[in-house]
Amino acid sequence: MKTNRRHFLKVAGVTALGLAAGAGTAAASYLPHYDHVTPNHDHLVAGRWGMAIDTRKFHSKEDFLPLVQACHKDHNVPTIPGKQEVKWLWTDSFHHSFPTEPNEFLSEDIHHRSFLLMCNHCKNPPCVRVCPTQATYKRADGIVIMDMHRCIGCRFCMAGCPYGSRSFNFQDPRPFIAEQNKEYPTRMKGVVEKCNFCAERLAEGKLPACVEASEGKLIFGDLENPESEIRQALAENYTIRRKPDLGTDPSVFYII
Amino acid sequence: MFDGGKIIAGIIVFVGLMTFPFWYNVGQAAYKTPELQLPPKDVATQCVESAEYMRAEHMQLLNNWRDWVVRDANRVYTSKQNGAHFEMSLQKSCMKCHTSKEQFCDKCHTAAAVAPYCWDCHIAPQEVK
Amino acid sequence: MLEYALKGDKKYWMWIGFLGLLICIGAYNYLQQFQEGLVLTNMSRDVSWGFYVAQLTYLVGVAASGVMLVLPYYLHDYKKFGNLVVFGEFMAIGAIVMCLLFVVVDLGQPLRMLNVVLHPTLNSVLFWDATVLNGYMILNIVVGWASLEAQKKGVPYAKWVKILAIVSVPFAFSIHTVTAFLYAGIPGRHFWLTAILAARFLSSAFCAGPAIMLLALFAMEKTTKFELGKEAVQTLTRIIAYAMVFNVFFFGLELFTAFYSQIPGHMHSIVYLFSGLEGHHAMVPYFWAAAFMAILSLCLLIPSTTRNCKPVLIFALIILIAATWIDKGMGLVVAGFIPNMFEGVTEYMPSSTELLISMGIYAIGTLIVTVLWKIAVSVKQEAA
Repeated sequence: MKTNRRHFLKVAGVTALGLAAGAGTAAASYLPHYDHVTPNHDHLVAGRWGMAIDTRKFHSKEDFLPLVQACHKDHNVPTIPGKQEVKWLWTDSFHHSFPTEPNEFLSEDIHHRSFLLMCNHCKNPPCVRVCPTQATYKRADGIVIMDMHRCIGCRFCMAGCPYGSRSFNFQDPRPFIAEQNKEYPTRMKGVVEKCNFCAERLAEGKLPACVEASEGKLIFGDLENPESEIRQALAENYTIRRKPDLGTDPSVFYII
Repeated sequence: MFDGGKIIAGIIVFVGLMTFPFWYNVGQAAYKTPELQLPPKDVATQCVESAEYMRAEHMQLLNNWRDWVVRDANRVYTSKQNGAHFEMSLQKSCMKCHTSKEQFCDKCHTAAAVAPYCWDCHIAPQEVK
Repeated sequence: MLEYALKGDKKYWMWIGFLGLLICIGAYNYLQQFQEGLVLTNMSRDVSWGFYVAQLTYLVGVAASGVMLVLPYYLHDYKKFGNLVVFGEFMAIGAIVMCLLFVVVDLGQPLRMLNVVLHPTLNSVLFWDATVLNGYMILNIVVGWASLEAQKKGVPYAKWVKILAIVSVPFAFSIHTVTAFLYAGIPGRHFWLTAILAARFLSSAFCAGPAIMLLALFAMEKTTKFELGKEAVQTLTRIIAYAMVFNVFFFGLELFTAFYSQIPGHMHSIVYLFSGLEGHHAMVPYFWAAAFMAILSLCLLIPSTTRNCKPVLIFALIILIAATWIDKGMGLVVAGFIPNMFEGVTEYMPSSTELLISMGIYAIGTLIVTVLWKIAVSVKQEAA
């Protein structure tokens, strides 16, 4: 059959177009399409989640135990002894919690008070800035959350956090979990973890585990809503935050 | 040819290595589709999607789910086949019906020699011994 | 040209075999670490970066030091370095490979390392570090190989080789600056939060790197009778001396700011290194030794009489390398984490697993440099 180059190119062009269209539609089915997913309708929403801890209402370190246990149990946080421990929520003294406020003559009351420590879910988080894979990222509602599927375990975020809020799984954590919560996953070795403001509970319309366990001593709400309980608490009380001079703008406040 | 002995010996070793999967399994039983233990009909009324779809797409589906839930905070999935709503969760949805990892998930995974690491983190329901 | 690496005398093959043994030991230990996790290291929740990241930091400096030969030769036509440039480029390749390996062994989930490429994060310094490190390695491979090939064929190197070599100069500066940026932008870690960190890194690199290279070149001179060139060596030692002066001077600047301002955050880590904190003083003997060796090396390198006397020079180079390694490869990373964010101290010294894996990686780098230098010296001796 006689053909010339021009004709051949025309036919080839049309065929290629057709193939591309076909391949394109096939490939497009692999693109994530969002019309099939929605948030849970119980989902609590906020412009910026924040927490105010009324430290006056806690009288001893033991008062914090139910909060820490609620958090660690709910999230399958392992109990590992020693320096490779994992903790999302814990307590420490004033001098250790606020090392930039040294005070030799601190009042006895504050000197003996314990402070609840966790990730501050900063508005300007250095950990998010340094993460090379966006495994740590800030959600629209202000929660600094971790994608455990993407974390490569480089621990840059641990170096970047000025508050020591993050823990690394140096080994498989499962042997160190006394009672597994079947509704929540564990982590595997090699990833970093930290408090997530109970994002999974917020999605079901519940407050964070520590807030619930505190029976009112912790106030959790939307910092961008001037009518919220937390904004009222902040307006009526003197509050401090950890290392505010670093520009991280933490969302966790301490009522002294 | 120069070094003919070494070359021919090398070719024989190479061909042997490359055809290893074929001659190693000669004489063994043919591949049988694994028998999966399906959940009882009163427990599992319907799955997220059809069995054919799940067989081909559950890997991509779970991949999408984990990004939609963790990164986008969207937790409710609308099934393409029947419009039903499901919470996108391996532990709280899929494995509430498919409760035996050994009798369901592992059957095909072991046969296909794949080892997905989902269960390094996501807790599989306790197996009934 | 690779066939040159396959021809060697008994000493050469014994050296390769020895390195292979070290690599196997390192690989075995890495396998264990891969199975068990980083629990086999001595890192902790407080000191979350340790020996591996410290070696990576030191070796980036060694890699960048190739520019101390490339810059004079390609940019300023300093012909005396003509015979040595390719050795610098090849050593840079070995150093970068080691850097990348140290990153891999430090990762908690190394199988996911391509996430850095699949999800590029332009605000993360680590992403840029990975980019420039790989870019610099490729540049050195291409330029080194092409210029050597040209010499083998007895023709001048192609014009694009010179262009790429000149591109490698800002790359060399950038790899170590970007590595310094890993540390220098971290709020809350005041030992690192100093603008001069990048300058310190570069000055430390430009004395330690050429020092290591010069020692290796002397070793090669002995085993292969290859002539380095007296003037080239003298220029190199002058560069090393100047860079070490800057290095020590910059450290002095840090000491002034920290101790004259009396700000605890600035002082505490340095106090930990030189006198201990809260009863923890594991680093103290090392750091005083490093300070003494640094000053002594300057006393030997600055006067030309001692600098040009070979045995004294070799001694001075060895203590210089030891001092800079203690400063960067031991102190820098760990002291950034001490004291921790709560003013507590969790000490760190590498575990046996970390040391054996690191030994394996150093052996891999040494093997690469051995092979590449063997090729280079064979080509040059043939061409001569």
